[in-house]
Amino acid sequence: MTTAVEQLNQVSPMPHGKTPAVEQISIRLEFGSQPKHQVSLPKRISQDESEAGDDKPVTVKYLIKWMKDNLLSERVEMFGDGDGVRPGILVLINDTDWELEGELDYQLQENDEVVFISTLHGG
Amino acid sequence: MPPRLCSLCGTAKAIIKRPKTGTQVCKDCFFEVFETEVHNTIIENGGIFKRGDKVAIGASGGKDSTVLAHVMSTLNQRYDYGLDLFLLSIDEGITGYRDDSLETVKQNQIEYGLPLKILSYDELYGWTMDKIVSQIGKKNNCTFCGVFRRQALDRGAAQLGVSHIVTGHNADDIAETVLMNTLVTESEDTIKRSKPFKYAYEKEIVMYAYFKKLTYFSTECIYSPDAYRGHARVFLKDLEAIRPSAIIDIIHSGETFQLDEDVKSGMKALQNCLRCGYISSNDLCKACALLEGLEQGLDKSAIKTSQEGAGTAPTGQRTIPFYNRTAAKEEIAI
Repeated sequence: MTTAVEQLNQVSPMPHGKTPAVEQISIRLEFGSQPKHQVSLPKRISQDESEAGDDKPVTVKYLIKWMKDNLLSERVEMFGDGDGVRPGILVLINDTDWELEGELDYQLQENDEVVFISTLHGG
Repeated sequence: MPPRLCSLCGTAKAIIKRPKTGTQVCKDCFFEVFETEVHNTIIENGGIFKRGDKVAIGASGGKDSTVLAHVMSTLNQRYDYGLDLFLLSIDEGITGYRDDSLETVKQNQIEYGLPLKILSYDELYGWTMDKIVSQIGKKNNCTFCGVFRRQALDRGAAQLGVSHIVTGHNADDIAETVLMNTLVTESEDTIKRSKPFKYAYEKEIVMYAYFKKLTYFSTECIYSPDAYRGHARVFLKDLEAIRPSAIIDIIHSGETFQLDEDVKSGMKALQNCLRCGYISSNDLCKACALLEGLEQGLDKSAIKTSQEGAGTAPTGQRTIPFYNRTAAKEEIAI
Protein backbone atom coordinates (compact mmCIF):
# COMPACT_ATOMS: atom_id res chain seq x y z
CA MET A 1 0.00 0.00 0.00
CA THR A 2 1.45 3.35 -0.93
CA THR A 3 0.30 6.84 -0.18
CA ALA A 4 -0.71 9.28 -2.85
CA VAL A 5 2.53 11.13 -2.38
CA GLU A 6 4.58 8.00 -2.83
CA GLN A 7 2.64 7.09 -5.94
CA LEU A 8 3.78 10.33 -7.47
CA ASN A 9 7.23 8.97 -7.58
CA GLN A 10 6.31 5.74 -9.24
CA VAL A 11 5.21 7.21 -12.54
CA SER A 12 7.84 7.70 -15.16
CA PRO A 13 8.84 11.25 -16.03
CA MET A 14 6.01 12.94 -17.87
CA PRO A 15 6.25 14.02 -21.47
CA HIS A 16 6.50 17.73 -21.86
CA GLY A 17 3.42 19.92 -22.23
CA LYS A 18 1.02 19.45 -25.09
CA THR A 19 2.32 22.44 -26.98
CA PRO A 20 6.07 22.07 -27.37
CA ALA A 21 6.35 25.61 -28.66
CA VAL A 22 5.62 26.94 -25.16
CA GLU A 23 8.76 27.97 -23.32
CA GLN A 24 9.39 25.56 -20.46
CA ILE A 25 11.17 25.73 -17.16
CA SER A 26 12.58 22.77 -15.30
CA ILE A 27 11.57 22.07 -11.69
CA ARG A 28 12.77 19.38 -9.30
CA LEU A 29 10.15 17.64 -7.20
CA GLU A 30 10.92 15.49 -4.18
CA PHE A 31 8.61 13.36 -2.05
CA GLY A 32 9.91 12.51 1.39
CA SER A 33 13.19 10.71 1.06
CA GLN A 34 12.49 9.42 -2.45
CA PRO A 35 14.81 10.30 -5.34
CA LYS A 36 14.24 13.62 -7.01
CA HIS A 37 11.93 13.91 -9.95
CA GLN A 38 12.54 16.36 -12.77
CA VAL A 39 9.52 17.93 -14.48
CA SER A 40 8.98 20.62 -17.09
CA LEU A 41 6.34 23.31 -16.77
CA PRO A 42 5.40 26.18 -19.04
CA LYS A 43 7.28 29.30 -18.03
CA ARG A 44 4.17 31.45 -18.25
CA ILE A 45 0.50 30.66 -17.72
CA SER A 46 -2.95 32.09 -18.29
CA GLN A 47 -4.59 34.57 -15.95
CA ASP A 48 -6.76 31.91 -14.31
CA GLU A 49 -3.64 29.74 -13.82
CA SER A 50 -5.27 26.78 -15.52
CA GLU A 51 -3.12 26.46 -18.65
CA ALA A 52 -0.06 27.70 -20.43
CA GLY A 53 -0.46 31.29 -21.55
CA ASP A 54 1.22 34.63 -21.53
CA ASP A 55 -0.32 36.38 -18.58
CA LYS A 56 1.91 35.60 -15.61
CA PRO A 57 4.84 33.46 -14.46
CA VAL A 58 3.99 29.88 -13.53
CA THR A 59 2.96 29.44 -9.88
CA VAL A 60 2.90 26.67 -7.29
CA LYS A 61 -0.89 26.66 -7.70
CA TYR A 62 -0.39 25.65 -11.33
CA LEU A 63 2.21 23.05 -10.31
CA ILE A 64 -0.18 21.39 -7.86
CA LYS A 65 -3.01 21.30 -10.37
CA TRP A 66 -0.57 19.94 -12.96
CA MET A 67 0.53 17.22 -10.51
CA LYS A 68 -3.06 16.21 -9.82
CA ASP A 69 -3.78 16.02 -13.56
CA ASN A 70 -0.56 14.37 -14.66
CA LEU A 71 1.17 12.53 -11.85
CA LEU A 72 -1.47 11.22 -9.50
CA SER A 73 -3.28 8.12 -10.61
CA GLU A 74 -5.51 7.46 -7.62
CA ARG A 75 -6.31 8.74 -4.16
CA VAL A 76 -5.88 12.31 -5.34
CA GLU A 77 -7.86 13.37 -2.28
CA MET A 78 -4.96 12.25 -0.08
CA PHE A 79 -2.81 14.90 -1.67
CA GLY A 80 -4.98 17.75 -2.82
CA ASP A 81 -7.53 19.88 -1.08
CA GLY A 82 -9.19 22.54 -3.22
CA ASP A 83 -6.44 24.34 -5.08
CA GLY A 84 -3.83 23.41 -2.50
CA VAL A 85 -2.52 20.38 -0.67
CA ARG A 86 -4.20 18.67 2.21
CA PRO A 87 -3.44 19.96 5.69
CA GLY A 88 -0.73 17.68 7.03
CA ILE A 89 1.35 17.73 3.87
CA LEU A 90 4.34 20.02 4.30
CA VAL A 91 5.74 21.86 1.31
CA LEU A 92 9.24 23.31 1.05
CA ILE A 93 10.39 25.52 -1.78
CA ASN A 94 14.18 25.56 -2.10
CA ASP A 95 14.42 24.23 1.46
CA THR A 96 12.17 26.93 2.89
CA ASP A 97 8.72 26.44 4.37
CA TRP A 98 6.32 27.46 1.61
CA GLU A 99 4.34 29.44 4.19
CA LEU A 100 7.19 31.96 4.01
CA GLU A 101 7.23 31.97 0.23
CA GLY A 102 3.64 32.88 -0.58
CA GLU A 103 2.36 29.29 -0.79
CA LEU A 104 0.21 28.85 -3.92
CA ASP A 105 1.13 32.26 -5.28
CA TYR A 106 4.87 31.62 -5.31
CA GLN A 107 6.25 32.13 -8.81
CA LEU A 108 8.43 29.25 -9.86
CA GLN A 109 11.87 29.83 -11.34
CA GLU A 110 14.10 27.60 -13.42
CA ASN A 111 15.71 24.88 -11.25
CA ASP A 112 13.52 25.49 -8.23
CA GLU A 113 13.19 22.50 -5.93
CA VAL A 114 9.83 21.70 -4.35
CA VAL A 115 9.62 19.06 -1.60
CA PHE A 116 6.40 17.46 -0.35
CA ILE A 117 6.43 15.63 2.97
CA SER A 118 3.42 13.87 4.41
CA THR A 119 3.17 14.06 8.19
CA LEU A 120 0.13 11.85 8.28
CA HIS A 121 1.51 8.43 8.97
CA GLY A 122 4.18 6.65 10.92
CA GLY A 123 4.74 7.53 14.55
CA MET B 1 11.74 39.70 -3.02
CA PRO B 2 14.62 39.78 -0.50
CA PRO B 3 14.76 36.74 1.80
CA ARG B 4 12.80 37.07 5.00
CA LEU B 5 15.09 37.24 7.97
CA CYS B 6 14.91 35.21 11.16
CA SER B 7 12.86 36.96 13.82
CA LEU B 8 15.22 35.70 16.53
CA CYS B 9 18.75 36.38 15.29
CA GLY B 10 17.79 38.94 12.66
CA THR B 11 20.61 37.90 10.36
CA ALA B 12 20.00 34.52 8.72
CA LYS B 13 17.28 33.66 6.20
CA ALA B 14 14.11 32.30 7.80
CA ILE B 15 13.29 28.76 6.70
CA ILE B 16 10.23 27.87 8.78
CA LYS B 17 7.12 29.57 10.03
CA ARG B 18 6.55 28.14 13.49
CA PRO B 19 2.98 26.89 13.85
CA LYS B 20 2.88 27.51 17.59
CA THR B 21 3.87 31.18 17.47
CA GLY B 22 3.60 32.26 13.84
CA THR B 23 7.18 33.54 13.98
CA GLN B 24 9.67 32.93 11.19
CA VAL B 25 13.04 31.52 12.18
CA CYS B 26 16.28 30.41 10.53
CA LYS B 27 17.59 26.88 10.61
CA ASP B 28 20.01 27.29 13.53
CA CYS B 29 17.52 29.22 15.66
CA PHE B 30 14.85 26.63 14.84
CA PHE B 31 17.03 23.79 16.11
CA GLU B 32 17.81 25.79 19.22
CA VAL B 33 14.24 26.79 20.12
CA PHE B 34 12.89 23.33 19.34
CA GLU B 35 15.46 21.61 21.54
CA THR B 36 15.13 24.22 24.29
CA GLU B 37 11.36 23.84 24.41
CA VAL B 38 11.70 20.07 24.77
CA HIS B 39 14.23 20.67 27.53
CA ASN B 40 11.70 22.98 29.23
CA THR B 41 9.01 20.28 29.00
CA ILE B 42 11.46 17.87 30.62
CA ILE B 43 12.39 20.16 33.52
CA GLU B 44 8.98 21.75 34.19
CA ASN B 45 7.43 21.14 37.60
CA GLY B 46 10.64 19.89 39.12
CA GLY B 47 11.59 17.69 36.20
CA ILE B 48 10.52 14.29 34.99
CA PHE B 49 13.92 12.63 35.49
CA LYS B 50 16.39 12.19 38.31
CA ARG B 51 20.10 12.00 37.77
CA GLY B 52 21.18 8.41 37.19
CA ASP B 53 17.75 7.32 35.92
CA LYS B 54 17.72 4.53 33.40
CA VAL B 55 15.33 5.62 30.64
CA ALA B 56 14.01 3.66 27.66
CA ILE B 57 13.07 5.53 24.50
CA GLY B 58 10.18 3.76 22.81
CA ALA B 59 11.53 3.52 19.27
CA SER B 60 9.49 2.52 16.23
CA GLY B 61 11.74 3.90 13.50
CA GLY B 62 9.05 6.46 12.63
CA LYS B 63 9.56 10.21 12.55
CA ASP B 64 8.58 10.99 16.14
CA SER B 65 10.68 8.38 17.89
CA THR B 66 13.64 8.93 15.57
CA VAL B 67 13.64 12.64 16.39
CA LEU B 68 13.07 11.82 20.07
CA ALA B 69 16.12 9.55 20.18
CA HIS B 70 18.19 12.28 18.57
CA VAL B 71 16.93 15.06 20.83
CA MET B 72 17.12 12.99 24.03
CA SER B 73 20.76 12.09 23.45
CA THR B 74 21.56 15.69 22.48
CA LEU B 75 19.89 17.14 25.59
CA ASN B 76 21.30 14.48 27.90
CA GLN B 77 24.78 15.60 26.88
CA ARG B 78 24.12 19.33 26.62
CA TYR B 79 22.39 19.70 29.98
CA ASP B 80 24.14 16.79 31.67
CA TYR B 81 20.92 15.08 32.81
CA GLY B 82 23.04 12.07 33.78
CA LEU B 83 20.58 9.65 32.18
CA ASP B 84 21.35 6.15 31.05
CA LEU B 85 19.43 5.94 27.75
CA PHE B 86 18.22 2.83 25.95
CA LEU B 87 16.23 2.21 22.78
CA LEU B 88 13.30 -0.14 23.22
CA SER B 89 11.47 -1.47 20.18
CA ILE B 90 8.51 -3.74 19.96
CA ASP B 91 8.42 -6.13 17.04
CA GLU B 92 4.75 -6.74 16.33
CA GLY B 93 5.60 -9.29 13.67
CA ILE B 94 4.30 -7.47 10.60
CA THR B 95 6.22 -8.65 7.58
CA GLY B 96 7.04 -5.90 5.12
CA TYR B 97 6.41 -3.16 7.67
CA ARG B 98 7.91 -3.60 11.08
CA ASP B 99 10.88 -5.60 9.88
CA ASP B 100 11.79 -2.66 7.63
CA SER B 101 11.23 -0.02 10.29
CA LEU B 102 13.34 -1.98 12.78
CA GLU B 103 16.25 -1.57 10.39
CA THR B 104 15.87 2.19 10.91
CA VAL B 105 15.99 1.68 14.67
CA LYS B 106 19.17 -0.39 14.30
CA GLN B 107 20.61 2.54 12.38
CA ASN B 108 19.70 4.87 15.26
CA GLN B 109 21.38 2.48 17.66
CA ILE B 110 24.65 2.92 15.76
CA GLU B 111 24.28 6.68 15.21
CA TYR B 112 23.55 7.54 18.84
CA GLY B 113 25.48 4.73 20.46
CA LEU B 114 22.47 3.65 22.50
CA PRO B 115 21.87 0.03 23.50
CA LEU B 116 18.83 -1.43 21.75
CA LYS B 117 16.38 -4.02 22.99
CA ILE B 118 13.79 -5.55 20.70
CA LEU B 119 10.94 -7.49 22.27
CA SER B 120 8.61 -9.35 19.94
CA TYR B 121 4.94 -10.22 20.29
CA ASP B 122 5.97 -13.67 19.18
CA GLU B 123 8.27 -14.32 22.16
CA LEU B 124 5.92 -12.64 24.63
CA TYR B 125 2.50 -13.79 23.46
CA GLY B 126 3.31 -16.60 21.03
CA TRP B 127 1.52 -14.66 18.29
CA THR B 128 2.71 -12.27 15.60
CA MET B 129 0.35 -9.68 14.11
CA ASP B 130 0.64 -11.58 10.83
CA LYS B 131 -0.80 -14.68 12.54
CA ILE B 132 -3.43 -12.67 14.43
CA VAL B 133 -4.67 -11.00 11.24
CA SER B 134 -4.76 -14.30 9.39
CA GLN B 135 -7.07 -15.61 12.12
CA ILE B 136 -9.27 -12.62 12.97
CA GLY B 137 -9.09 -10.53 9.79
CA LYS B 138 -8.13 -6.90 9.41
CA LYS B 139 -11.06 -5.41 11.24
CA ASN B 140 -10.23 -4.55 14.86
CA ASN B 141 -6.71 -5.93 14.62
CA CYS B 142 -5.50 -2.56 15.95
CA THR B 143 -7.16 -3.35 19.28
CA PHE B 144 -4.97 -6.41 19.70
CA CYS B 145 -1.90 -4.54 18.58
CA GLY B 146 -2.56 -1.61 20.92
CA VAL B 147 -3.18 -3.73 24.02
CA PHE B 148 -0.25 -5.99 23.28
CA ARG B 149 2.13 -3.11 22.58
CA ARG B 150 1.31 -1.24 25.78
CA GLN B 151 2.06 -4.25 27.92
CA ALA B 152 5.07 -5.27 25.80
CA LEU B 153 6.66 -1.85 26.32
CA ASP B 154 6.30 -2.21 30.09
CA ARG B 155 7.70 -5.71 30.07
CA GLY B 156 10.57 -4.79 27.77
CA ALA B 157 11.39 -1.86 30.04
CA ALA B 158 11.31 -4.14 33.09
CA GLN B 159 13.70 -6.53 31.37
CA LEU B 160 16.06 -3.61 30.70
CA GLY B 161 15.77 -2.58 34.34
CA VAL B 162 14.70 0.96 33.44
CA SER B 163 12.47 3.07 35.64
CA HIS B 164 11.03 5.31 32.97
CA ILE B 165 9.80 5.12 29.37
CA VAL B 166 9.67 8.14 27.06
CA THR B 167 7.56 8.01 23.92
CA GLY B 168 7.42 10.24 20.85
CA HIS B 169 3.77 11.28 21.17
CA ASN B 170 3.55 14.85 19.90
CA ALA B 171 1.14 17.72 20.51
CA ASP B 172 -1.05 16.69 17.57
CA ASP B 173 -1.32 13.13 18.93
CA ILE B 174 -2.30 14.36 22.38
CA ALA B 175 -4.82 16.87 21.07
CA GLU B 176 -6.33 14.07 19.01
CA THR B 177 -6.61 11.90 22.10
CA VAL B 178 -8.32 14.72 24.00
CA LEU B 179 -10.75 15.28 21.14
CA MET B 180 -11.62 11.63 20.96
CA ASN B 181 -12.28 11.62 24.66
CA THR B 182 -10.11 8.60 25.25
CA LEU B 183 -8.01 10.07 27.98
CA VAL B 184 -6.65 7.24 30.03
CA THR B 185 -7.98 8.29 33.37
CA GLU B 186 -6.35 5.55 35.30
CA SER B 187 -2.95 4.25 34.53
CA GLU B 188 -2.65 0.63 33.57
CA ASP B 189 1.09 0.97 33.24
CA THR B 190 3.63 -0.27 35.73
CA ILE B 191 6.53 1.89 34.61
CA LYS B 192 6.43 5.66 34.56
CA ARG B 193 5.82 7.14 31.11
CA SER B 194 6.54 10.61 29.82
CA LYS B 195 6.09 12.45 26.56
CA PRO B 196 8.84 15.03 26.06
CA PHE B 197 7.22 16.10 22.76
CA LYS B 198 3.80 16.73 24.26
CA TYR B 199 3.99 20.40 23.29
CA ALA B 200 5.91 19.87 20.05
CA TYR B 201 3.91 20.28 16.86
CA GLU B 202 4.09 17.51 14.32
CA LYS B 203 5.10 20.00 11.64
CA GLU B 204 8.18 20.99 13.63
CA ILE B 205 9.15 17.39 14.33
CA VAL B 206 8.99 16.59 10.63
CA MET B 207 10.87 19.76 9.72
CA TYR B 208 13.50 19.01 12.36
CA ALA B 209 14.03 15.55 10.89
CA TYR B 210 14.19 17.03 7.39
CA PHE B 211 16.74 19.73 8.16
CA LYS B 212 18.84 17.44 10.38
CA LYS B 213 18.67 14.83 7.60
CA LEU B 214 17.56 12.14 10.05
CA THR B 215 16.46 8.96 8.35
CA TYR B 216 13.14 7.64 9.47
CA PHE B 217 10.65 5.14 8.20
CA SER B 218 7.39 6.55 6.88
CA THR B 219 5.08 3.91 5.56
CA GLU B 220 1.57 3.22 6.69
CA CYS B 221 1.01 0.06 8.63
CA ILE B 222 -0.16 -2.54 6.13
CA TYR B 223 -2.94 -3.70 8.45
CA SER B 224 -4.26 -0.23 9.05
CA PRO B 225 -3.74 1.72 5.86
CA ASP B 226 -6.45 4.19 6.72
CA ALA B 227 -5.65 4.74 10.39
CA TYR B 228 -4.18 8.16 9.71
CA ARG B 229 -7.32 9.16 7.85
CA GLY B 230 -9.20 9.31 11.11
CA HIS B 231 -11.77 12.04 11.32
CA ALA B 232 -10.30 13.56 14.46
CA ARG B 233 -6.89 13.90 12.82
CA VAL B 234 -8.27 15.56 9.73
CA PHE B 235 -10.47 17.83 11.82
CA LEU B 236 -7.43 18.86 13.89
CA LYS B 237 -5.32 19.61 10.83
CA ASP B 238 -8.17 21.74 9.48
CA LEU B 239 -8.45 23.56 12.81
CA GLU B 240 -4.72 24.10 12.89
CA ALA B 241 -4.80 25.59 9.40
CA ILE B 242 -7.30 28.20 10.60
CA ARG B 243 -5.85 28.78 14.05
CA PRO B 244 -2.48 27.19 14.80
CA SER B 245 -2.81 27.54 18.57
CA ALA B 246 -5.85 25.23 18.51
CA ILE B 247 -3.62 22.21 19.19
CA ILE B 248 -2.13 23.67 22.36
CA ASP B 249 -5.52 25.02 23.43
CA ILE B 250 -7.05 21.55 23.21
CA ILE B 251 -4.16 20.00 25.15
CA HIS B 252 -4.57 22.65 27.81
CA SER B 253 -8.26 21.84 28.18
CA GLY B 254 -7.33 18.16 28.54
CA GLU B 255 -4.74 18.96 31.18
CA THR B 256 -7.15 20.94 33.31
CA PHE B 257 -9.74 18.18 33.15
CA GLN B 258 -10.39 16.72 36.58
CA LEU B 259 -12.36 13.70 37.56
CA ASP B 260 -15.10 14.20 40.07
CA GLU B 261 -14.51 12.33 43.34
CA ASP B 262 -17.79 10.43 42.88
CA VAL B 263 -16.64 9.21 39.48
CA LYS B 264 -13.24 8.24 40.86
CA SER B 265 -14.72 6.26 43.72
CA GLY B 266 -16.98 4.45 41.26
CA MET B 267 -14.05 3.22 39.21
CA LYS B 268 -12.75 -0.26 39.71
CA ALA B 269 -9.67 -0.53 41.86
CA LEU B 270 -6.53 -1.77 40.23
CA GLN B 271 -5.41 -5.25 40.98
CA ASN B 272 -3.06 -7.75 39.45
CA CYS B 273 -4.15 -10.03 36.65
CA LEU B 274 -4.85 -13.43 38.16
CA ARG B 275 -3.16 -15.11 35.24
CA CYS B 276 -0.06 -13.09 34.36
CA GLY B 277 0.33 -10.63 37.24
CA TYR B 278 0.09 -7.54 35.05
CA ILE B 279 -1.86 -4.55 36.34
CA SER B 280 -5.58 -4.74 35.62
CA SER B 281 -8.94 -3.45 36.75
CA ASN B 282 -10.45 -6.90 36.22
CA ASP B 283 -9.58 -10.48 37.07
CA LEU B 284 -7.79 -10.81 33.78
CA CYS B 285 -5.81 -8.07 32.08
CA LYS B 286 -6.82 -7.09 28.57
CA ALA B 287 -3.90 -8.92 27.00
CA CYS B 288 -4.71 -12.22 28.76
CA ALA B 289 -8.37 -11.93 27.75
CA LEU B 290 -7.49 -11.25 24.12
CA LEU B 291 -4.91 -14.02 24.12
CA GLU B 292 -7.47 -16.49 25.46
CA GLY B 293 -9.79 -15.63 22.58
CA LEU B 294 -6.99 -16.14 20.07
CA GLU B 295 -5.96 -19.42 21.66
CA GLN B 296 -9.54 -20.65 21.48
CA GLY B 297 -9.31 -20.13 17.76
CA LEU B 298 -11.97 -17.42 17.69
CA ASP B 299 -12.22 -15.14 14.68
CA LYS B 300 -13.01 -11.45 15.09
CA SER B 301 -15.19 -12.33 18.07
CA ALA B 302 -11.94 -12.91 20.02
CA ILE B 303 -12.10 -9.22 20.79
CA LYS B 304 -15.13 -9.77 23.02
CA THR B 305 -13.47 -12.32 25.26
CA SER B 306 -14.45 -11.64 28.87
CA GLN B 307 -11.99 -10.18 31.37
CA GLU B 308 -13.47 -12.41 34.00
CA GLY B 309 -11.71 -15.65 34.44
CA ALA B 310 -9.55 -17.90 36.51
CA GLY B 311 -5.86 -17.68 37.23
CA THR B 312 -5.22 -20.79 35.25
CA ALA B 313 -5.74 -20.70 31.53
CA PRO B 314 -7.88 -23.40 29.90
CA THR B 315 -5.85 -26.54 29.27
CA GLY B 316 -3.51 -26.43 26.32
CA GLN B 317 -3.55 -22.66 25.91
CA ARG B 318 -0.40 -20.59 25.92
CA THR B 319 -0.12 -17.77 28.46
CA ILE B 320 1.98 -14.68 29.07
CA PRO B 321 4.96 -15.04 31.44
CA PHE B 322 4.22 -13.92 35.00
CA TYR B 323 5.02 -10.31 35.78
CA ASN B 324 5.47 -8.87 39.22
CA ARG B 325 5.09 -5.10 39.50
CA THR B 326 2.67 -2.54 40.86
CA ALA B 327 1.03 0.33 39.04
CA ALA B 328 2.95 3.46 38.23
CA LYS B 329 1.61 6.45 40.09
CA GLU B 330 -0.06 8.79 37.66
CA GLU B 331 -3.68 9.64 37.42
CA ILE B 332 -4.21 11.25 34.07
CA ALA B 333 -1.88 10.05 31.43
CA ILE B 334 -1.28 13.05 29.24
